[in-house]
Amino acid sequence: MSDIGILERDTEGQFGDYIALLKPRVMSLVVFTAFVGLVVAPVGVHPFVAFVAVLFIALGGGASGALNMWYDADIDRLMRRTQSRPIPAGRVTEGEALGFGLALAGISCVMLALAANIFAGLFLAFTIFFYVVVYTIWLKRATPQNIVIGGAAGAFPPMIGWAVATGGISMESLAMFAIIFLWTPPHFWSLALFMKDDYSNAGVPMLTVTHGRRVTRGQILLYTLILAPVAVGTAFTSIGGSVYLAVALVLNALFIRGAVRLWRRDDAAALAEKYATEKRFFYFSLLYLFGHFLALLAEKGLSLFGMGGW
Amino acid sequence: MAFTRDHELHRRRFGRNAGLGLVLIGFVVLVFGLTIVKVQRGDKMQAYDHQPRVSMLPASDPAPARPAKIAPGAPIGQVSE
Repeated sequence: MSDIGILERDTEGQFGDYIALLKPRVMSLVVFTAFVGLVVAPVGVHPFVAFVAVLFIALGGGASGALNMWYDADIDRLMRRTQSRPIPAGRVTEGEALGFGLALAGISCVMLALAANIFAGLFLAFTIFFYVVVYTIWLKRATPQNIVIGGAAGAFPPMIGWAVATGGISMESLAMFAIIFLWTPPHFWSLALFMKDDYSNAGVPMLTVTHGRRVTRGQILLYTLILAPVAVGTAFTSIGGSVYLAVALVLNALFIRGAVRLWRRDDAAALAEKYATEKRFFYFSLLYLFGHFLALLAEKGLSLFGMGGW
Repeated sequence: MAFTRDHELHRRRFGRNAGLGLVLIGFVVLVFGLTIVKVQRGDKMQAYDHQPRVSMLPASDPAPARPAKIAPGAPIGQVSE
């Protein structure tokens, strides 16, 4: 009939499919942590500039999501959880996702550089490069520590928020980076313990598949133990204070207790109670991260009234 | 029959186009807002243009933001705002 393929495609991407390419749920974490990084910085930012900056940091995160879906379309087709994503479902082509992701990456970096400062724009560009090239293309399919590398990309947003305000990097922004970076492995591996994704089909070396669940439980405990002193130690930087210290002590004690519990059981015990402890640990990990960043916000809020800090 | 008839494609894509339209309007509002904020803050409005210009040079001594006006007929040395 016509050789214009677009007229013959029965399923076509709607607006919502392009939103789905941006991974909105990952974006919400980016928005929150970037916002906290920006607000706790010692330099004030005009509220509208702060809003625009967080928006474009989130858009940059969305762009890396789209580029990730472009590159991973082949394995997304193989896994049940990801089969309904726009590309495997056939509503968006790989080329469209690539173009969409690249365009948004360019727009978000340039706009962030113009709204805030050049350094923040370059930092966002580096983050997108790190997530797409270093994590997705290079290391995700090559090493079982892929989650750790991906976690680094997810940990940059508060540093970018801080860079929007200060134009640089400091001890405090590195501390926020370290908290998310070290938190990601326990968070994702506890999910991997009970999600039973078909990663082996897709050829992605997940730690649970390559080294088994026993090793994964040990690694969760290991990262949790390294995380605790970093998270508590942040209390003694200029963004911390007594409120943050109290929150961090409680959350880290509970997190370590949960990790020890996971470590001491085997899969037979976990299966017997349908992975209830693993699920509880996973949901607690969300609360853990949220709690720490909320406490940092609280310290900033208190400092406006002459309280907070040390 | 209407002179211009909508192809089925146009109807199918209405949601997508309307969404994109709203996004573009939002973008215009953002850039406009940023402009207002930056002008009000008195940010640097010019960039380097391959040639030094007096207006781009850092002030060597703290000069008043705007030149003081001398009221007509006022004695020398007396300035008014």
